[in-house]
Amino acid sequence: IKEEKQRLRKEKKQQKKNKEKKDEKASHESEKKKNKEEKPVSAAAPASQPPTQPSTQKAVPAPAPVPVPVSETPALADKPAKTKADLKAERRARQEAERASKQAATSKPKAPPNELQPVVKRLPEHVQVDNPGVLKKLAKKLERQQIPLRLDYGYKVSLFSHLHQYSRKAPLTQQLSIPSTVIHPAIVRLGLQYSQGIVAGSNARSVALLHAFKQVIRDYTTPPNEELSRDLVNKLKPYISFLSQCRPLSASMGNAIKYIKKEISNIPSQCKEEEAKRKLLSCIDCYIDEKIILAAKAIAKSSIEKISNGDVILVYGCSSLVNHILCEAFEKNIKFRVIVVDSRPRLEGREALRRLVQRGISCTYVLISAVSYILPEVSKVFLGAHALLANGYVMSRVGTSQIALVAKAFNVPVLVCCETYKFCERVQTDSFVSNELDDPDDLIVTRKGKTQLEHWQDVPSLGLLNLVYDVTPPDFVDLVITDLGMIPCTSVPVVLRVKNVDQ
Amino acid sequence: MELQAVLMAAGGGSRMTDLTYNTPKPMLPVGNKPLMWYPLNLLERVGFEEVIVITTKEVQKMMATDPKMKIDVKMKLDVVCIQEDGDMGTADALRHIQQKIKTDVLVVSCDLITDVALHEVVDLFRAHNATLAMLMSNAHEFTETVPGQKGKKKTAEQRDFVGVDQSGKRLLFMANEADLEDGLSIRKSIMRKHPRMHIKTGLVDAHLYCLKKAVVDFLADNKSISSIRGELVPYLVRKQFSKTTNSPKIKDDAENQNQKTNDSSTNHELLISSRDEPLLQLAQERSCWNDHRGDMSEAYHGGKLRCYVHIIDQGLCCRVNTLAAYIEANRLAPKLFEEPAVHPSAVISERCQMGSDSIIGALCQVADKTSIKRSTLGNSTTVKEKVKVTNSIIMHGVTIEEGCNIQGSVICSNAVIGRGADLKYCLVGNGQRIEPEVIVTT
Repeated sequence: IKEEKQRLRKEKKQQKKNKEKKDEKASHESEKKKNKEEKPVSAAAPASQPPTQPSTQKAVPAPAPVPVPVSETPALADKPAKTKADLKAERRARQEAERASKQAATSKPKAPPNELQPVVKRLPEHVQVDNPGVLKKLAKKLERQQIPLRLDYGYKVSLFSHLHQYSRKAPLTQQLSIPSTVIHPAIVRLGLQYSQGIVAGSNARSVALLHAFKQVIRDYTTPPNEELSRDLVNKLKPYISFLSQCRPLSASMGNAIKYIKKEISNIPSQCKEEEAKRKLLSCIDCYIDEKIILAAKAIAKSSIEKISNGDVILVYGCSSLVNHILCEAFEKNIKFRVIVVDSRPRLEGREALRRLVQRGISCTYVLISAVSYILPEVSKVFLGAHALLANGYVMSRVGTSQIALVAKAFNVPVLVCCETYKFCERVQTDSFVSNELDDPDDLIVTRKGKTQLEHWQDVPSLGLLNLVYDVTPPDFVDLVITDLGMIPCTSVPVVLRVKNVDQ
Repeated sequence: MELQAVLMAAGGGSRMTDLTYNTPKPMLPVGNKPLMWYPLNLLERVGFEEVIVITTKEVQKMMATDPKMKIDVKMKLDVVCIQEDGDMGTADALRHIQQKIKTDVLVVSCDLITDVALHEVVDLFRAHNATLAMLMSNAHEFTETVPGQKGKKKTAEQRDFVGVDQSGKRLLFMANEADLEDGLSIRKSIMRKHPRMHIKTGLVDAHLYCLKKAVVDFLADNKSISSIRGELVPYLVRKQFSKTTNSPKIKDDAENQNQKTNDSSTNHELLISSRDEPLLQLAQERSCWNDHRGDMSEAYHGGKLRCYVHIIDQGLCCRVNTLAAYIEANRLAPKLFEEPAVHPSAVISERCQMGSDSIIGALCQVADKTSIKRSTLGNSTTVKEKVKVTNSIIMHGVTIEEGCNIQGSVICSNAVIGRGADLKYCLVGNGQRIEPEVIVTT
């Protein structure tokens, strides 16, 4: 039966290949991508995937993606590659041919480069702070890239001891030289803004990241005997390590980085530096326009259909997209009112409240502890997302899953608004495995001159936990509004697949 | 390149002429190191590789011969000489080197001795994209009696009023009492935006400024500003809240039109718009962060010009511009470094009582039965027998004959104290000679 299924699948793919008239390499890639997409889905769905399939597929496209891992894997691999000069030249020649054929075929540059890997695993490496081996590897990698290592702070709750926990009072810049030479100043500024929370929110972080990358690209000059397409990617790697030390990267940032890396690698070697830079800068502008600005417009347009007169809409925290939607709806003269739910320690709801009230929308403000009290009044819940996972789970600010749960209990529809560039190939069913721990000192508050938790570190049995994200299961979400349309939560893997095939 | 360091070492030391009439201020010895070594050391420790030093020809000559400067300072020093007699203020000096400035600058004064973590100031500059970031310290009173002075306290007119916001980082108001005629007036626009302002008077300005490159270009066009501390900084602080920088869309009436055109030409330089300004705007719009709360404005109240200050409570931050500060610095500065109190080449006899907080310079000769407590001895100083030195600063090349008793005094270079002299709280100038058996008290 397994072989039958295998054969059927192969036939289907051959047909598809002929239909789309893609060249051989691209179809192999799409096959592999489908493998990868199906694999994580199989974790959720009970479909049986033949385990032999990956190995057969792996054998065929082996020559094509070999050069790419050379640039993807850590710099350690570069050292043996450099000594084998002729192998390198061979691979380079193959890469040139590949690139030429790729450019002959019309393709939209959206596929993440990790799909060119032949190896099965290509999920982002899980953070494992409690594993000393992994930590040592990380420390070595940072040392190689000349980035200081940021030390963890304070006692970590045991369930989350595999995650990093940093203190805002110990920024990474303490260990950097002041006119920073190793890291581009724009990136240092960005890292500081991330760690201090000045740039917060998925969209803002991605836009700021791309803005910093634009400055890096502007100031970049190709060293002699190097190619821009390879060297620039290598230059970006320490920057990305630095940024992830300041604050763990978000899914949207990860996708943006993949896109940039792919764009850079696709620059033909004949291209002059000025032209290449111009091209890259315009690609970045294009990406932001398409994925963030226009996507917001499209989502707003679809969401406004869902908002009717007399609605009471509940929002949680400060999501730039949801705020945008509500402001647009208000411009269209729909009569509705908003309930803003907020939670400590971030209290982002205050900012959302300010933005809505400034426009003239009538708002109510409650804390999350009052959500079951206020829900009988609510007609719809609009939530923003940090990322949408491949199994349909919504990763968002901590507290979102509670709102969704209570809304479900009250039979109130929950709509999640999310752009497609935040879709992530990761799979998670709980909030423990991969999360972010914020500074525990944020939980300390001074009331009437007394700070009860001031010396929390001295109490051995006390741990402060400041989680940032949580995951909401798709059963609680009724609709996901994306720039591709309104889809149910379970269709997220389909969108991912379509996006990736759609090269 | 991110920051260029500029060291202002052309100041005259007008408030300590007793010391500086012979030795220029940047080369005055503090803890047996020239004064300008301290800020240079700070910059070097933090990671700077080059510094532009603005100084006079005399200092440049002395720098070339001083061993400490030659050996210990590893950075590349680009020395720019200016006229000694000219009335060049610090801002004028910056304007003078405008061609060399290619990026944001960090201006340091040569008389700053501090162990502050410089990244705190620079982080404010970076994170908030500030136009100005400076360093200030909660001053403490000098308790030691100053020799040669009749206990004159700082007159009230010299007070500086510094207004900061609630977080203590944003600089809202800065004025010197001498500039205020009737009283302290604060614009309503500032109060509306920052209803809680803390006004501090006891702060010491460390004269360490991070300035954006646009400010240097602005200085080049505005020749009327001559001092950074006296004119430029208050101007920038005021400009944060000026109408034209914040709301260009407001249609002013005719009377303001002229003012606006005048201001707009100056603002045009100060408002640094990067090439990707719309992207930066977009990121700020989408970010759910605000630096204040309680009103309807966006982060920073939409202002593009921002000034920040980092105020330190602990640690050493001392500006050596008065005699009292000089004495204090001599006492505190050596604690910054791990060097041994007694230079290895000094010859100290065994019967000498030396306190642990005394510093002995190179090639000193200290004879028997002497007592040196809480004092600094410069290089090549000779101290003969039965001398008692307490709480004093002895500079280089001084000879102290037998039986002297020196207390709370400052003896400048190459002086000779005759035998049996008794000096209390005195200031002996360069090359002076005190006759034997002289008793000098305040």
